Amino acid sequence: MRFTKDHEWVDLVGDTATVGITAYAAEQLGDVVFVELPEAGKTMKAGDGMAVVESVKAASDVFAPISGEVSAINDTLSDTPETVNEAPEGGGWFVKLKVADPAEVDALMDRPAYEAFLRTL
Amino acid sequence: MSVQSVGRVTRPEPQTGAAPDAPPGSGLLQHEPLIFELDDWDKTGVDFPPPEPNEDLEAIDLAGLTRESAPALPGLSEPETLRHYVRLSQQNHAIDLALYPLGSCTMKHNPRLGEKMARLPGFLDIHPLQPPSTVQGALELMDTLAHWLKTLTGMPAVALTPKAGAHGELCGLLTIRAAHEARGDGRRTVLVPTSAHGTNPATAALAGYQVEEIAQTADGRVDLADLAAKLHDDVAAVMVTNPNTCGLFERDVIEIARLTHAIGAYFYCDGANFNAIVGRVRPGDLGVDAMHINLHKTFSTPHGGGGPGAGPVVLSAALAPYAPTPWVVHGEQGFDLIEQAVGPAREAHGRMCAFHGQMGMYVRALAYMMSHGADGLRQVAEDAVLNANYIKARLSGAMTAAFPDGPCMHEVLFDDRWLDETGITTLDFAKAMIDAGFHPMTMYFPLVVHGAMLIEPTETESRRELDRFCDAMLELASAARDGDVERFKGAPYHAPLRRLDETLAARRPRLRWTP
Amino acid sequence: MRYLPLTDADRSGMLAVIGAAAIDDLFSDVPVAARLASPVDLPAHAGELAVERALGRLAARNRAAGAGPFFCGAGAYRHHVPASVDHLIQRSEFLTSYTPYQPEIAQGTLQVLFEFQTQVAALTGLPVANASMYDGSTACAEAVMMAARITRRKKAVLSGGLHPHYAEATRTLAHSAGIETFRLGAAIDAEDAVLAAIDADTACVVVQTPNVFGTVTDISAIAAAAKAAGALTIVVTTEAVSLGLLKSPGEMGADIAVAEGQSIGNGLNFGGPYVGLFACREPLLRQMPGRLCGQTVDAQGRRGFVLTLSTREQHIRRDKATSNICTNSGLCALAFSVHMSLLGGAGLERLARLNHARALTLRSALAAIPGLEILTPRLFNEFAVRLPGRADALVEALARRGVIAGVPFSRLDPDAGMDDVLLVCATETTTAEDIAIFSEALAAEVGT
Repeated sequence: MRFTKDHEWVDLVGDTATVGITAYAAEQLGDVVFVELPEAGKTMKAGDGMAVVESVKAASDVFAPISGEVSAINDTLSDTPETVNEAPEGGGWFVKLKVADPAEVDALMDRPAYEAFLRTL
Repeated sequence: MSVQSVGRVTRPEPQTGAAPDAPPGSGLLQHEPLIFELDDWDKTGVDFPPPEPNEDLEAIDLAGLTRESAPALPGLSEPETLRHYVRLSQQNHAIDLALYPLGSCTMKHNPRLGEKMARLPGFLDIHPLQPPSTVQGALELMDTLAHWLKTLTGMPAVALTPKAGAHGELCGLLTIRAAHEARGDGRRTVLVPTSAHGTNPATAALAGYQVEEIAQTADGRVDLADLAAKLHDDVAAVMVTNPNTCGLFERDVIEIARLTHAIGAYFYCDGANFNAIVGRVRPGDLGVDAMHINLHKTFSTPHGGGGPGAGPVVLSAALAPYAPTPWVVHGEQGFDLIEQAVGPAREAHGRMCAFHGQMGMYVRALAYMMSHGADGLRQVAEDAVLNANYIKARLSGAMTAAFPDGPCMHEVLFDDRWLDETGITTLDFAKAMIDAGFHPMTMYFPLVVHGAMLIEPTETESRRELDRFCDAMLELASAARDGDVERFKGAPYHAPLRRLDETLAARRPRLRWTP
Repeated sequence: MRYLPLTDADRSGMLAVIGAAAIDDLFSDVPVAARLASPVDLPAHAGELAVERALGRLAARNRAAGAGPFFCGAGAYRHHVPASVDHLIQRSEFLTSYTPYQPEIAQGTLQVLFEFQTQVAALTGLPVANASMYDGSTACAEAVMMAARITRRKKAVLSGGLHPHYAEATRTLAHSAGIETFRLGAAIDAEDAVLAAIDADTACVVVQTPNVFGTVTDISAIAAAAKAAGALTIVVTTEAVSLGLLKSPGEMGADIAVAEGQSIGNGLNFGGPYVGLFACREPLLRQMPGRLCGQTVDAQGRRGFVLTLSTREQHIRRDKATSNICTNSGLCALAFSVHMSLLGGAGLERLARLNHARALTLRSALAAIPGLEILTPRLFNEFAVRLPGRADALVEALARRGVIAGVPFSRLDPDAGMDDVLLVCATETTTAEDIAIFSEALAAEVGT
């Protein structure tokens, strides 16, 4: 698993990357009430707006950590958005991307680096 | 992802075990179900006149166009209706009960004279589309209100029709946009300070602009250098609140206006805080091109649990031709309404709403203005500013003022640094204020200060009530520092309900009653 | 000054606590050039008696609708508002309370809004209703913006039966968002033109029933055609009482229903404050503007209500909000809800039937006058009449005789070529005597 400074995680298997937000981000947001996901088939460039996570008092943009095409979205989140709080780095995944360039994933932080980054905040 | 604001707890800890302090239906506080939960749905609390002899209520000339049955909604007799709503009303806090320290809302006393005047049949029972010759008094009232607003602000024109402050902001920006378009100028950017009220960027976006933020200085004002750097020739307008949302007067406001005009942009002023300067400063003298005035704030039309409001917009000479229709004119034949965008109104950018605006609120506002007069309105600003500074002086020992140096205007801003180490948040403190008998202050706004607490007493508070409020706040602050965490975490204990689960409301929206 | 509790002794005492020598010290941040040395040039303060006299004089120069025969409709309607409604909205706890952001001490307001939303949903036939908009016209404009967001299309087709003020307010708002409002020509019976105008670029159609000419229409065919083209159908109702009798917008296939609620609980007030009703289908919920009140529980499991789904709104979403709305029309929504509770669904239906019957009586009376043509084929409580001459001149002439004859269509739309069309309305407050006086005066004017 790799991480971004914007608190997204990426799990690459083959050429499919599963993307979500980290436990730190979910904690900062508070109770997640709604997740707005992109449509399947949409092409993303790294840094594009990919999703919006809503808690009661805040709405936060989630950016695509890498480029790719949306191959699947986690539609269980519309019925149970609380999964993002309960399992942010597992069942609370947002989007699967068919990755254009796997090297983009390697360029992201690994877990120790992300945890070191968190300590600076 | 970008976390736009720190998530705060929106789901209370369940309070199991202990019985509720005041079970519903005890003492003076009655329990009141929904009208849909009462038994008999077929009653009516209205006696209708009988039809005329030739009329047959069953003979509907509308075959195929009618409902199959009456709407499925309960009716109540008059006594049941009165009880239902009186019981509900008792679960509300209100200005008539105590000081309401809501920063930026200007919760001042609502004179009942306004209610009496607004209900005169000559104001209440007139139709907007009656011939103008039959409503000369109404048109004159609008003209008189316009005169008061223009004189108080030092501006030559006013668009009366917007139905609320945000609607006024939209009117102001659309007027600015029309002025630019008339010059063939397609500017797309509006500058807004980071401390702005959410309606400012929302309105700019609605009016088709993209928003860029202006930074704030350490002393809570617009950063002039940052503004100057961002004033490029795609900027259509700068939106500034003055006094600003931190309760401070923008000392450099005249320079802000000058810089804005120098690149051909317009200066929009959010007039939500006009109560601090009414009668002492005229926005027209500061270089403002457009400013909305919240009649439900400065001019005391009642808040009514959330509305209705009214947001007339004063305009500079440059913007006046682009004001929306309709407006009142005075000619030899008396008063008339210009309702179409032709002739004298050909530059009008359109119409903000049907008819002529919030007449009911104009009557109330004018009654308020005439009661205070020019001398009284000036005193309003002075007493509002005095009261806020008094609270600042009394509370600054215990709480951390966000901008301690220099006076504040009509509201004082605290942050939550003084609660560090207590484990108590701004939210917890606010809920404990309820137990002390006060509506909480504005919390977590403006966003530029952590755990913001914005307190605006207004001028209609006596010294005794101010002291009562300050004494209660000091006692609470002391309890917070002494570590009485449960008092805050479980608050409110003495309201009709305990803390509500906002998470559940958002995750499983139930927006109407269903059987 | 009766609204200012501070005495001079209070003021000097408080200045001492603050450590300021004079009030001017607290205004030290104001640039010297901008400081006003004395009060502005307006009258000095006045007691209640003087203010009552001055405003009473202005009120007396207005001819109240109840002072004689009165036949105006066209977006604002004279109905009887029961005395209890006006009494309840003046209770301190309703009149002087704030927006219910602290729900523990605002359950009165919140429960009323929940009941209001339920009533609006039942009347419009759509499951999700918000806690009110400023008025029907801005609700209409916001509905068009919502449809554009949802469909990602930029063209709104406005029926030729839509109230011209609604069309203009919609155009004003939509224009700045780059949405083109395609307004069809004014027409008594407007659907065919709407059907013909729907294409693949259409975000929404906006139809009104009863329309500004009073015509009642089943818009199901339009809704079906719009849906087939991927567009939304917005149904506008300006006379809320009609919802007691006519097929609801939801039943006819509307995606969004907007209405002016003024007829129920709120007086004419020369055009405001009014109350906008807004309801939509469930899947569209998150794109709705305005406040929403939802049910939940408190920390002890008791039922309560809170404002919810606030992330759509300006105070959180700022420049990405569904609208810029902050204020709603709270007290007017309360008045609507109280009146609706007094009426009940059965009572509203009866009231609607009374209105319809009275309008049929008016129609018979006017149809009997030579030279007049009744234009509206199917009406609820208002209709259009073609006169032999200009309608505005006739209205002025009848006003001089003490009769408020209705609304000349040219006042709403001077470019429609309908200068001889008069819009008239009858409600339960219109008496047989009013109708008799009106017919007589009209016959006399038209006969000359």
